[in-house]
Amino acid sequence: MKDEVTREERVDNLKGLGCSRKRVEDARFTQGKGNYVDDIKLDGMLFGDFVRSPYAHARIKSVNSEPALKVPGVLAVLTADDLRPLGLHWMPTLAGDKQMVLADGKVLFQGQEVAFVVAEDRYAAADGIEAVEVEYEELPVLVNPHEALKSDVVLREDLVAEDGSLPDGAHGPRKHHNHIFTWEAGDREPTEEVLANADVVVEQEMYYHRTHPCPLETCGCVASMDKVNGKLTLWGTFQAPHAIRTVVSLISGIEEHNIRVVSPDIGGGFGNKVGAYPGYVCSVVASIVTGKPVKWIEDRMDNLMTTAFARDYHMTGKISATKEGKITALKCNVVADHGGFDACADPTKFPAGFMNICTGSYDIPTAFLEVDGVYTNKAPGGVSYRCSFRVTEAVYLIERMIEVLAIELNMDAAELRRINFIKKEQFPYKAALGWEYDSGDYHTAWDKALKTVDYAGLRAEQAQRVADFKAGKTRSIMGIGLSFFTEIVGAGPVKNCDILGLGMFDSCEIRIHPTGSAIARLGTISQGQGHATTFAQILASEIGLPADSITIEEGDTDTAPYGLGTYGSRSTPVAGAATAMAGRKIRAKAQMIAAYLLEVHDNDVEFDVDRFVVKGAPEKFKTMKEIAFAAYNQAIPGLEPGLEAVSYYDPPNMTYPFGAYVCVMDIDVDTGVTDIRRFYALDDCGTRINPMIIEGQVHGGLTEALAVALGQEIAYDKQGNVKTGTLMDFFLPTAWEVPNYETDFTVTPSPHHPIGAKGVGESPHVGGVPCFSNAVQDAFRPFGNKHTNMPHDHWRIWQMASKLGMHD
Amino acid sequence: MIPAAFEYYRPKDMAGVLSLLEKHGDDARVMAGGHSLIPMMKLRMADVPHLIDLQDVGGMSDIEISGDSIKIGALVTQTKIIDHAGLAEAAPILSEAALQIADPQVRYMGTVGGNVANGDPGNDMPGLMQCLNAIFTVIGTDGERQIAARDFYEGAYATAREDDEVLTAVIIPMPKGGYAYEKQKRKIGDYATAAAAVQIVSGGGACVSASIAMTNLSDVPVFSADAGAALVGTSVDEAALKAAVTAMLGDIDPTEDNRGPVAFKNHVAGIILRRAIARAWSRA
Ligand SMILES: Cc1cc2nc3c(=O)[nH]c(=O)nc-3n(C[C@H](O)[C@H](O)[C@H](O)COP(=O)(O)OP(=O)(O)OC[C@H]3O[C@@H](n4cnc5c(N)ncnc54)[C@H](O)[C@@H]3O)c2cc1C
Repeated sequence: MKDEVTREERVDNLKGLGCSRKRVEDARFTQGKGNYVDDIKLDGMLFGDFVRSPYAHARIKSVNSEPALKVPGVLAVLTADDLRPLGLHWMPTLAGDKQMVLADGKVLFQGQEVAFVVAEDRYAAADGIEAVEVEYEELPVLVNPHEALKSDVVLREDLVAEDGSLPDGAHGPRKHHNHIFTWEAGDREPTEEVLANADVVVEQEMYYHRTHPCPLETCGCVASMDKVNGKLTLWGTFQAPHAIRTVVSLISGIEEHNIRVVSPDIGGGFGNKVGAYPGYVCSVVASIVTGKPVKWIEDRMDNLMTTAFARDYHMTGKISATKEGKITALKCNVVADHGGFDACADPTKFPAGFMNICTGSYDIPTAFLEVDGVYTNKAPGGVSYRCSFRVTEAVYLIERMIEVLAIELNMDAAELRRINFIKKEQFPYKAALGWEYDSGDYHTAWDKALKTVDYAGLRAEQAQRVADFKAGKTRSIMGIGLSFFTEIVGAGPVKNCDILGLGMFDSCEIRIHPTGSAIARLGTISQGQGHATTFAQILASEIGLPADSITIEEGDTDTAPYGLGTYGSRSTPVAGAATAMAGRKIRAKAQMIAAYLLEVHDNDVEFDVDRFVVKGAPEKFKTMKEIAFAAYNQAIPGLEPGLEAVSYYDPPNMTYPFGAYVCVMDIDVDTGVTDIRRFYALDDCGTRINPMIIEGQVHGGLTEALAVALGQEIAYDKQGNVKTGTLMDFFLPTAWEVPNYETDFTVTPSPHHPIGAKGVGESPHVGGVPCFSNAVQDAFRPFGNKHTNMPHDHWRIWQMASKLGMHD
Repeated sequence: MIPAAFEYYRPKDMAGVLSLLEKHGDDARVMAGGHSLIPMMKLRMADVPHLIDLQDVGGMSDIEISGDSIKIGALVTQTKIIDHAGLAEAAPILSEAALQIADPQVRYMGTVGGNVANGDPGNDMPGLMQCLNAIFTVIGTDGERQIAARDFYEGAYATAREDDEVLTAVIIPMPKGGYAYEKQKRKIGDYATAAAAVQIVSGGGACVSASIAMTNLSDVPVFSADAGAALVGTSVDEAALKAAVTAMLGDIDPTEDNRGPVAFKNHVAGIILRRAIARAWSRA
């Protein structure tokens, strides 16, 4: 029988690397059988919810909980005064700052947590919230970071010494009481010198507006303190469950072995669920106080208004080039609006994330970046919304600067990119702002993209359209959006990446069962990425057992090995590498077992798909299934029984996925309505584990990119009121607004990753935002547009047309 | 997003509804599809201690088409309007408009009566009904009366219906000529940035009569008699279009919000109206 199975069939049976294996998660999700935090129901469970500030900046004169305690079903109301004796009225943020858990004397943003009402159910909690009486004294509001840096108004009195001096922040000296840090990369003077003497220089200010990851499932948790055994269990929407366990232990004093953190199914994260929120702390305290499990679940408005936002970068780029268009230098200054507390989720040494990838895909010899973080009266956060840390901002900056430079040089923007790309033979490439790009072949990808969309033909069509518009024959103009991005993902090497001192390695632990199936546990946690599908595929190819026989488990800190979680496209680069490495340990032991069973020397057998064969005698072999059984039923001299392995992987470098995107768009200049006619996305994420999942990730990332570019924003008025707090005003695209995406790829493996994979979940967002924006801006280029800020919603596009005199 | 506590009633007949309304006065509200009212209650912007569900009160779910008019029961859903073959024939503007309201899920629940009674300037049907010169039938303890759609709207959420009256039906004189409902919105499920309802009758190459109403461009729907009049007697040429738009702009009063500033809304209102007129004229 065995002999009838061909080698090809044996490969197919594994459903390993390269197979478009169907997602094993989907059976439960499509049948409504997922298990999300809000599905957890425990005996006697209570419900907690927040009294939130209606003001963006106010002093709290008093909080009267008495009326709330009279509401039927309300059991307790926690305020900062109740948390103070425990030292829990403030909590550390991931960025080295601290944040109020409950308002301690003042509030710094609209929606800030003021009191926590604990009740028998969420209805009683909602009534209790209405009954709490809070007396506020309004203070002047700062919603613009440039103004905040000049204002006398002190937002954070806690960060000013008694003598009025400013102690250093977590990232060095502070220039002003509303200033958080200055972060620099590259060389200031050489860059300025090149800029001063260049043939061509352009400077452009641009505002990358504040937006929000808005996962479909909001944030929440269930805390359950078992007073009998002293163990705290915390289920929650955590993108980094182990880090949460460590943080909870550090701030609560509960020993880490007595804390179990569980991330069940998570309905999307996109960075929103990385940080720690007051709801977690209050639920834990409430559970300790009441001795009952306490659930906290945000509603949509809470989520949009108070949990981690993204972007809000005021950027100024300055770029120089020769007359022929060869770029000589880039300078970038950023004023970063961090809101009331610095709760950015970035590796400790990178307060502006990996913004220093802003030289992009181009060989720019000299560069300098300076970022100033600023406090304002807005919600804290600053997460990487579907991108590695601040990479969307970086790529937007450079992809806009390229367009602006092309206008200045009167050059085609595709050609300008081509002549500045880092060449294939330059990899590994050391960029001016410090990173070492692992691999790339940009010219091949670019040529393929432009050829597929018939770039020359599109430009000809556009020229005709411009002529028609000017002749009064049409009111529709056409834009061709280009973007070529390089991501930096897979944080990261412990030597330069940590969060709260925890190195950003990741892990995998594998147990092979006697009958030849397996379970693998990882330090990451899927929020929709399909880890249970793809990590089993990596393992299948490494250990020769079918992916269908491998269970992947994540998210329970009592069972999973320590890891830093899932965000920044780090799962495949880091935990995926750990999986391959652990698999190789399994294979090494399996080799010894096989050799013993086949009565030959270890070196006389070799691995072949799903078995070890005697070299030169392929009819003599032991399958991995047979080897697994032997590991448990034979006494093999010199070998311990069992077949297990664990690997903690510290990556030697980041990985650098890249891609080439083209968007073709028609715009009605009278209504501002955009119509995306075509979107082509070529992604190079190195080795492709599951092409179907890659395609799904690309579709999702592009859709969120479309949202951000064309209308999604968290907007504030001058009083600090959130203007976009519901899904009526916060743009979340549906199938209706989304075009057909064409996906494509090239494969340039990462040289340092065990299987050459680079990560893809965020690339389409990073590359997509500038592509959609460039399409809009390109449509108006023939009419004089240089740069216009996103979001490009109807009225802003209309305004753009108006300013260019197109309505006259 | 949790409403304050309320009592829920589901009377079997109109007498039951009216007696509850009489008993609880201001504290009671009727509910049809609930897709405007429930969100308001959840946001705690509407406080309704006594909620009276109309779903079990019979006799308000029919569409009757007679020789010269159409009667639509208050509880007829937007979906039913879209699916009704007779209506598609008699008044195709109704389904053209209904298809631009919200999304299928909302349209399965949302009713014609709720949409016109709600009084939200964002609702599409009030403007549509003004264009069609519809009459609303309301019933109270003192009996039934009829109010013209063009007289119904007094301000945002303020209408000519008394608090203790229930709207039972909408009666539309049989529409004539070409029609169009044109709406610009930011995304699916959004209220209008600007919308126009147009009904035009042509004769001998000229416009014989025209009716025009605009949505979400004031705190009430705007029936612009002058805009319609500007078309009458013309061949709906550029000059007539300009005159109609100018007249309409004199009647609307948009405010700035997330959909854009006033200048933009005025501009888009003009464009939308032009397109609606052009489409209606092409069908006239
Ligand atoms: C996401 C979303 C998007 C939407 N988009 C649009 C849109 O684009 N355009 C649009 O027009 N609408 C839109 N709507 C509103 C929707 O069409 C509502 O269903 C409609 O406005 C109200 O109808 P209802 O039957 O749901 O009324 P309800 O919500 O039940 O009632 C609304 C109000 O009318 C009163 N009322 C209801 N019926 C009667 C009656 N028979 N007599 C007296 N008073 C009555 C109620 O007391 C209440 O004050 C949207 C709704 C949602 C949730």
